[in-house]
Amino acid sequence: MKQTFAISIGGAAGQGVATPGDIFAKIFSRRGLHLNAYNAYQSIIRGGHTFLTIRTGPEKVTNMGDRIDLMIPLNQDTIDRHLSLLTAGAACIYNADTIKPGTPGSGVQMCPLPVSKLADITRNKVAQNTLAIGAGLSMMGISFQALEDVLKEQFKKKGDAVVAENVGVARAGYDYAASNFKPFSYPLPKTENRYAILSGNIAMAMGGAAGGVKFYCAYPMSPATGVLHWMAAHARKAGIMVRQVEDEIGVVNMAIGAAHAGVRSMCATSGGGFALMSEGLGMSAMIETPVVVIDCQRAGPSTGVPTKTEQGDLWQMLGAAFGDYPRVIVAPLDIGDCFKVIPELFNIVDRFQCPGIVLCDLLLSEGRLSVDPKDLDFVPPIDRGELISSGNGASPGVSSNGGYKRYLITKSGISPRAIPGVPGHTHTAGTDEHDEDGVLISDEYTNPVKRRAMMEKRMRKMVGIEASVPPPVLMGPRDADVTLIGWGSTKGVIEESCEILREQGILANQLQIRWLVPLHGEAILDLLKGSRHTIIVENNYSGQFARYLRSETSYVPNGYIRKYDGEPFMPHHIVEAVKEQLAGKTKLSVPAHEIMV
Amino acid sequence: MATGVAPPEQLKITDFKGKVDPDWCPGCGDFGVLSAVQKALVELQIPNHKVVTISGIGCSSNFPGFIETYGMHTLHGRALAVATGMKLANHDLTVLVTGGDGDGFGIGGNHFLHTMRRNVDLLYIVMDNQIYGLTTGQTSPTSRVGMKTKSMPFGNIEAPVNPISLALAAGATFVARGYSADQKHLTDLIIQGIEHKGFSFLDVFSPCVTYNHDNTYQWFKPRVKKLEDDPAYDSADWKAAIGKSLLWDDEIPIGKFFERTDVPTLHGAEPVLDKGPLVHHDLRVPIDVARSFIEELM
Repeated sequence: MKQTFAISIGGAAGQGVATPGDIFAKIFSRRGLHLNAYNAYQSIIRGGHTFLTIRTGPEKVTNMGDRIDLMIPLNQDTIDRHLSLLTAGAACIYNADTIKPGTPGSGVQMCPLPVSKLADITRNKVAQNTLAIGAGLSMMGISFQALEDVLKEQFKKKGDAVVAENVGVARAGYDYAASNFKPFSYPLPKTENRYAILSGNIAMAMGGAAGGVKFYCAYPMSPATGVLHWMAAHARKAGIMVRQVEDEIGVVNMAIGAAHAGVRSMCATSGGGFALMSEGLGMSAMIETPVVVIDCQRAGPSTGVPTKTEQGDLWQMLGAAFGDYPRVIVAPLDIGDCFKVIPELFNIVDRFQCPGIVLCDLLLSEGRLSVDPKDLDFVPPIDRGELISSGNGASPGVSSNGGYKRYLITKSGISPRAIPGVPGHTHTAGTDEHDEDGVLISDEYTNPVKRRAMMEKRMRKMVGIEASVPPPVLMGPRDADVTLIGWGSTKGVIEESCEILREQGILANQLQIRWLVPLHGEAILDLLKGSRHTIIVENNYSGQFARYLRSETSYVPNGYIRKYDGEPFMPHHIVEAVKEQLAGKTKLSVPAHEIMV
Repeated sequence: MATGVAPPEQLKITDFKGKVDPDWCPGCGDFGVLSAVQKALVELQIPNHKVVTISGIGCSSNFPGFIETYGMHTLHGRALAVATGMKLANHDLTVLVTGGDGDGFGIGGNHFLHTMRRNVDLLYIVMDNQIYGLTTGQTSPTSRVGMKTKSMPFGNIEAPVNPISLALAAGATFVARGYSADQKHLTDLIIQGIEHKGFSFLDVFSPCVTYNHDNTYQWFKPRVKKLEDDPAYDSADWKAAIGKSLLWDDEIPIGKFFERTDVPTLHGAEPVLDKGPLVHHDLRVPIDVARSFIEELM
């Protein structure tokens, strides 16, 4: 089993859970360690309960894991809720002045900090947090210097006095732990690697910048708002026009307007906002103007659980807008992939002049991961497709249209796209059905022959799209006892579940779907032909992907693992479910989430 | 003219004639609006390819198909949102938005409000016929109280919106009203609206001869009075404009109610566009900037 170390910090919103999290994350990444962070929180600005888990280790850490090594409860509520999660070898650092510890499990080290003795709490309201960070790092065997450096950066804007104050408090906690608490049995290692720590939202925003996005607009909606925040903060440096719009209907239409003018244009939202964008997607397809829409799924339906994760929007994406039209849907597999997928998708939608959807979720959007900076490639290939952006000698002005046909019927279905401002190519792009030259065939006369030809022209693009998207691959041993099938954000947790199963003598492999449309159904059937036992794992109630796979391929797996309580899968949920299914106990497992947040 | 290439000859009305003839009902007020727009473009000598005409859905929204410019015939109520994206991505273009009262004040009301306060540099022409035409005659947001339609057969009980007062209150920097039967006056307002730097709102009485039997040419003719005929009227005076906007029934003012030129346009206020139209910018983020983005995360 890989060596990892997980810290959970819990408290009320507004109590300062984020800052210790950021400090630990910085220290780990500068030690050359990988990390994954997941924050369980609620839709409240002050109060409630927030529980942040940061898991780190020398190898890639893809999910929150099953075990908490160190818990730092910032209030009584946190210790009451979670102390029972700690098992032998774990520790709990808490403020002895304000928190009654309760009864820990055997082998759990309780570490009370006499906060009012160690720091002047009248001056420093978050002294307990800083003391706990110092104490924790001391027990992990990390030098105080590492903490001092980060504290200096963190507080430098507030002046030298604040820096000195915080360094002093941290030192007190560090020294107190050294003489009063038992260090962890495995000190955290150090490597020469250096990682960037980022959320999926930042990754998608940066991926957009790297992919040539020049126009981004949005309406704030959790958990997609982080994309807007990065875009807005970096707009001027990156040369991106960023707008906050009155609603998501306005968002998608404004994005399409900019795209029609010839720039790469993107927007992001969650399920509710996406519902409002639906008609706009149909327009993008009909006028053949490419746009990329990111959907960061949260637990639905309706307002649902705005701060919790789910993979419940798949059928909304598949069915978004009426009528048949070419679309591309991709589900990034991890936070690094959130970056990579954006330029890839833009190349496809630019070439095939259709809408593209990124189906992300809260787990990736708001989670954080260590990513090798080399994987954040700001010079990815850019292919704008058949775009006419200059007159190429066409006479301007009076000869407004030199016989140009915007919707020329071609074998590929792709018609060269002229953007407004180019001489000699004026045309009207209409959401009504139209002829090759853009003239409507829906008003005065409808024409079944032309309508059919235009439908077929647009839909033919799906052939080219399928050819430009790779089929999925089977990861792990070919000859496995069980094949776990997932899509999007569950990649990491399924991967780790497979490793644990293999350690327990069950040979498991994984088929993770990234491109949902086009699906490559034949290739999937081919891959699954040799599988002994297949289980589809997904974060929703009805098995949305299972139903989709069945509708496309008639494939029916042996079983299903589903979770729809708002929290992501932990590896043991999947491992235990696989074992009960292989033992023939059930075909549908719905693991219960043990962490009450 | 910012074409970079001089047009080979003077543009004529026929150069702006669309690929197909309008399919509006004979006598529809929209013909007058189309013709006035074409005359204005000839007057201003703006080459076809530098103009984008964007509409929503409805009788009047078929407009882009009947004029030879770049055109977008978008979704019901969404033309202003699309047009905002268009203008921000290429502010060299002259953007005209055309539509009806249902499209603009009903389903598109939210975008109308926000486009005005943003001062997006475009001309929005509403062909206001106080009725839904393409759906065969239902009450619109500008239908008068008591008007009988298929959707309100016993008479409208809802107060209509006053587009002029609404635009003034929302911060539109150019607010005018035209009448499609007065070509010269309307053409002049369109020219002023295109030349105005900022959001120009032009509400045009464009009678529906098929479904609206209340607000007919005969009804409008004795009522419309040009603001320009009153030498004391000052279109820089917002309060005076509000006062005039409230007049209805016996005397209905047409003309330029209000204009101010001291508000920056949306594209003018955004430093990202200092380098010129977005569509001509380099797609790549400079490598040192990209490096700084990654550095922030380390």
